[in-house]
Amino acid sequence: MEGFVALYIFMLAAFTGYEVISKVPVILHTPLMSGSNFVHGIVLVGAMVALGHADTKLEMIIGFFAVLLAAGNAAGGYVVTERMLEMFKSSGDKKGDK
Amino acid sequence: MDYLVQASYFAAAVLFIYGLKKMSSPSHARKGIVWAGVGMVIATLATYFHPSIHGFEKMILITIAMGLGGYLAWSSGKKVAMTDMPQMVALYNGLGGGAAALIAAVELIRQENMSQIVQILAVIGALIGTMAFSGSLVAYAKLQGIMRKTLRFPGQQLVNGITFLVTVILGLMIAFGGSDYSMFVLFVFFLLSLLFGAMMAVPIGGADMPVVISLFNALTGLAVGFEGYVLANPAMMIAGIVVGSAGTLLTQLMAKAMNRPISNVLFSNFGEASGEAQEVTGSMKEIEASDAAVMMAFAEKVIIVPGYGMAVAQAQHKIWELVKQLQERGVTVKFAIHPVAGRMPGHMNVLLAEAGVPYDIIYDLDEINEEFPTTDVTLVIGANDVVNPAARTDPNSPIHGMPILNADKSKNVIVIKRGKGKGFSGIENHLFFADNTRMLYGDAQQVANDLVSDIKEI
Repeated sequence: MEGFVALYIFMLAAFTGYEVISKVPVILHTPLMSGSNFVHGIVLVGAMVALGHADTKLEMIIGFFAVLLAAGNAAGGYVVTERMLEMFKSSGDKKGDK
Repeated sequence: MDYLVQASYFAAAVLFIYGLKKMSSPSHARKGIVWAGVGMVIATLATYFHPSIHGFEKMILITIAMGLGGYLAWSSGKKVAMTDMPQMVALYNGLGGGAAALIAAVELIRQENMSQIVQILAVIGALIGTMAFSGSLVAYAKLQGIMRKTLRFPGQQLVNGITFLVTVILGLMIAFGGSDYSMFVLFVFFLLSLLFGAMMAVPIGGADMPVVISLFNALTGLAVGFEGYVLANPAMMIAGIVVGSAGTLLTQLMAKAMNRPISNVLFSNFGEASGEAQEVTGSMKEIEASDAAVMMAFAEKVIIVPGYGMAVAQAQHKIWELVKQLQERGVTVKFAIHPVAGRMPGHMNVLLAEAGVPYDIIYDLDEINEEFPTTDVTLVIGANDVVNPAARTDPNSPIHGMPILNADKSKNVIVIKRGKGKGFSGIENHLFFADNTRMLYGDAQQVANDLVSDIKEI
């Protein structure tokens, strides 16, 4: 990829992340940290490619663990975030009230 | 086929940003994570058609690894208690950092001709991914109670500094070594990165851990972004850098809420105040649960300040019952949450939400601090430093300057506390000795129970 195109992507992504997060209320900081933790679970697709083009046995073993860990990041991050966010209810929203 | 893969990555990037954006309000935050999840599934499925994945056996191997890792994490995530959330976030984050590091390992072992920028970013990604991996695992072990000791020794900063320097030198040798750097150097480089990440986290105390977890989260994001460049994968680049910058901002916000500059968290110990702390005057005055119940039942406005002690005693359900009783009697009840209540910012909100407390009666420090003077009763449960007025008045106090909830300004304060000792941080709390403060000793859950039944009898 062209070096400068990548630089533009990095720059814009950095500002996007900053802007998106700066508007989040404190009450959502923990779920949000967990949510952003889930988002970097996209490392899974990279791990798949790494294992996919691995040639030697060593590369394959490392690639296998890369996919294993990345899948753990994505799946775990999702479950935990979803569980936390599911519990947030307002007083107008009585159906889940215990 | 490549077109399909690229299109799916684009869709994933859009969904991730949209999902994070949706999470900015509690009413549709859950939809946000679901959209992000959809993006993840699309990207993962499309990657099976990626031109770099050769052969059917590889696909099987990928599926096995994914199924295994996904299943283990999914089932552990389903089971974990809400109080243990911070360490789970640390654990999953560590896995992601480890994955980014292993991708870098595969690419660097191949020793193919890479462009200079690719090679440099591969090495940087490897370094921070590995650090995030071992550091997060240490953070997990500490919060989970597997590792209780906080290891500190003289010259620790120096040892860490030297380790880091050597790691960087090895990294430079690899980054600028063309395609014939030694495998031994690569191995030592990864080993030292691993060691450095752990050594960074080991001396940090439990109270500062959230800041560190957030920092490692941001680091993993960066590592993923850099490895995304190495693999020419825009979805990883965008998602990684978005998380990197969002995580950095979040880390700053947390550190600010705790009045602890990030450099202080990482390089020094807690509570190194100079000079003698002010003498506390007055005495602690006790109150019975039944009297406390009467005070609250006939109040107009009650503010509840919960701390981690409440969660440890599992008292949040009982407290919510108490609130409902008071609301039936026409008392206005609000919850005041300090940014560092619980084990990370927002953790207390999650715990209250679990008990069924609606988020619109829960307020931040900035929103509620002006309301304390017009409040009849402030009920402090398992919170300590976050209501200590010494932070405002005593320049020698280790927590001086930390923003606090001004509970001391309300007409009456009732503090539910397990015993008479100092709290978690060992700092004497001036609030407990104030004239308008009454102490209600006992286990938070038991006390809440007593309060509920006493109010029913009135």
